[in-house]
Amino acid sequence: MIEVKNISKSYQTTNILNNLSLIIPQQRLTTIIGPNGAGKSTLIGMISRIIPPTSGDVLINGVSIFKQKSNELAKKLSILKQDNHILLKLTVEELVSFGRYPHSFGKLTPIDHVKIKEAITYMDLESLQHQLIHTLSGGERQRAYIAMILAQDTDYIILDEPLNSVDIKHAKELMTRIRRLVDELGKTVVVVLHDINFASSYSDYIIALKRGDVVFSGTPDDLMHQHILTQIYDIPFTIAKNNNKKIGIYY
Amino acid sequence: MKKTYILFLILFILSITSLFIGVKQFELVDILTLSEEVLMFLTMSRIPRLLALIFTGIGLSLSGLIMQTISRNKFVSPSTAATIDSARFGILIGLIFFASSAFYVKTILAFLFAFLGTLLFMKLISMLKAKNMLLIPLLGIVLGTLIDALTSLIAYRFDVIQLLNSSLVGDFSLIVQGRYELLYIMIPVVIILYLYSYQFSIAGLGEDVSKNLGLHYNQVVIIGIALVAIISATTIITVGNIPFLGLIVPNIVMMIHGNHLKKNMVPTSLFGAILVISTDIVGRVIIFPYEIPIGLSLGVVGSLIFLYLLLRRPKYVKQT
Amino acid sequence: MSNKLKWSLILIVIVLALLYVFLEMNRNAFSYMFPRRLIRLFAIILVAFVVATSTASFQALTNHHILTPSMLGYDSIYLLMQTVLIFVLGSTHPLSSSSSLLFFVTLIIMVGLSTILFVPLLRYLRHDLFTFLLIGIVLATLFRSVTSFLQMIIDPNEFSIIQDRSFASFNNMNVSLIYIAYAIVIVTTIVFQHRIKELDCIALGKSQAINLGIDYNKATTEMIVMIGILISVSTALVGPIMFLGLLVVNIARSILATYKHSALILISFLIGAGIILIGQTLLERYFNNMIPLGVVINAFGGLYLLYLLVKEFKRI
Repeated sequence: MIEVKNISKSYQTTNILNNLSLIIPQQRLTTIIGPNGAGKSTLIGMISRIIPPTSGDVLINGVSIFKQKSNELAKKLSILKQDNHILLKLTVEELVSFGRYPHSFGKLTPIDHVKIKEAITYMDLESLQHQLIHTLSGGERQRAYIAMILAQDTDYIILDEPLNSVDIKHAKELMTRIRRLVDELGKTVVVVLHDINFASSYSDYIIALKRGDVVFSGTPDDLMHQHILTQIYDIPFTIAKNNNKKIGIYY
Repeated sequence: MKKTYILFLILFILSITSLFIGVKQFELVDILTLSEEVLMFLTMSRIPRLLALIFTGIGLSLSGLIMQTISRNKFVSPSTAATIDSARFGILIGLIFFASSAFYVKTILAFLFAFLGTLLFMKLISMLKAKNMLLIPLLGIVLGTLIDALTSLIAYRFDVIQLLNSSLVGDFSLIVQGRYELLYIMIPVVIILYLYSYQFSIAGLGEDVSKNLGLHYNQVVIIGIALVAIISATTIITVGNIPFLGLIVPNIVMMIHGNHLKKNMVPTSLFGAILVISTDIVGRVIIFPYEIPIGLSLGVVGSLIFLYLLLRRPKYVKQT
Repeated sequence: MSNKLKWSLILIVIVLALLYVFLEMNRNAFSYMFPRRLIRLFAIILVAFVVATSTASFQALTNHHILTPSMLGYDSIYLLMQTVLIFVLGSTHPLSSSSSLLFFVTLIIMVGLSTILFVPLLRYLRHDLFTFLLIGIVLATLFRSVTSFLQMIIDPNEFSIIQDRSFASFNNMNVSLIYIAYAIVIVTTIVFQHRIKELDCIALGKSQAINLGIDYNKATTEMIVMIGILISVSTALVGPIMFLGLLVVNIARSILATYKHSALILISFLIGAGIILIGQTLLERYFNNMIPLGVVINAFGGLYLLYLLVKEFKRI
């Protein structure tokens, strides 16, 4: 279980996060939503120890992440951010192999090869595995990165806006796969999303941030109400129903 | 507007002060009586020096401002876009192959190479897809260093390295009547810059926006570069290299004034002149009667201000 | 990396090394010339290694192929030191002329200054390497302004000594210095070797490196210190050799299609050794040491780099 305790972050005079506390439910898909500047990326940056907090703590399985060695943590938690403009010439397979680094530090064992192969197969990348990643399309590249995260074989997976610059078809495909990570593989997944409807259709649990505070946490059912959404995003919403799923309309 | 008047006043005071500093001392009384000796001194040495200071301060600061506007990057300047290094290469060619020719030949060479070098830099920048704020001046410096290496090789081969280096340290002490008139070119150049400022602003919005507004983007950029090259070449030949002036002055003005080019031109010019004159005064006074050449003093001051900008204002750095 | 490539390059370098030592060898002067050339050969190998390792590491840190650690100002610190020493003490003072004294003083000041300056700076900048690099460049300009000024007023005879030291040169190698230089380089490499192994992950970017369990801040700092020591040793030994690293690593990148930094460093080292050997052989045997090697490498390397820059810009 990931527990965030009284996390605050400020740079000089600006407060980005104000004394947040929350619990990420185990083996569920949790989505973090909110308008720009709400602090979503900062929050998961802190959960994944990429950004140090100004105050507060993050506990994974009861132990503070700041007291654990980075390498140990890398075997329990993995994060995929969006700033992946890698200049290196890597094939898909080589990229996925990097996921095994925390386990074997570059010297791949038979177990590593098995895990790599599993990850590639799970993300349907077999036909692409020897292609260079910069030649892939946006959606394919995201799959490759997620395959790398999969190969890392962690219980907790954090994805920062994985649907950015991915077209609709591949976005839906990605969300379905992410859903399967939780349902089939028992992972605990945290995703930052902009699209409220993807969030409500696929998540088990939603956390909404606004200007550094948690303004909502609960199930999609609880979230999808006009007054709540309007308050979070500052624009008028109407709710429609589609196949038992509630859809937010704001156009 | 009020700020501008204050700047004018400061400039005026500093200018008068500058006229009075020097080995030859004279009193206000002497000026009023206009003794022939004093007059000669003023016209032969002090006034030319003052004018050179002012022209240089205005010219280089404006160069930096224009370059930053066109390339949309606050760290581009003649020192960080290979302009100065290219001009230096031109001077070297002049030293070697045209040593006995007239003065203006060296100037034309310096201008030519400064123009070509900066053009190359701008072309390279335009090919960059990911426009990282800090990468662009870094690359400008890389390009400048490459050109510098070539210059050193040739200078070494022809054994003119010390000559080349010493002629390039910014130094106003050699400015006397007859040695600085080249700088008068700056007057028409600055006027043209001012007239074109609106076009430069639009160009600074990007090539697509410019085309949309009917502006000949390439033409404007080339004119801008040519004007900057003229300023840089004349400065480096007459006075020497004054590093970072074109970089820090526009930035300081921008921090106070915001980003509008036309509004910034006058304050930038004034502030540039003020900075140069005051640094020169200090350099002349500190180890009187000897002088610290401006290339050194402003090199130090400029570097320190630049460092301050980078270290204490990370937010400002990250802004576009 | 294909074995064929690796071994052919190794073979070529060995042949070049043999040529360097034995070409135009005067039978009578063998016992005099042989040890001298051997020492220089070792110096060449050292410099090639330092240059390959420090540049490849630095490029991994900054995620860019056009950058080089000498931009951090090591060369200008070195030049300033030499100029100040000669300006203040004159070229006949033992400190300015004795090669071993000079070596140690240079080394200590360079390593000391860079560590005292760069490590806290990096931490203050929260490991933002671009700003760090830009600051290094500004510092370099600062030092160069002071250096230019001093050079302007220095006696022309003294100046020619400084001029000679401004570019890397393999002449006049001191035996004891080579031993010490090797010792320092070997110890440094061993101490920091685990960081070198982490380079592949570091080159993926900060968040990826952290994700894979690397203590990014510590790794970056240690790398900068390592690079500083290596470059200081090489510069104190033979002088500034700024562009060689940039040149060889980029050539290696265009030959190899790999992300593995161990391979990159090896091939860069071999190419660097090859280039220096060819250059030195030509300069020593046929051109009578007319120009220091550093000048030639900077110039031709510069041209090649310009070409690469244009290609690289199109690709980024």
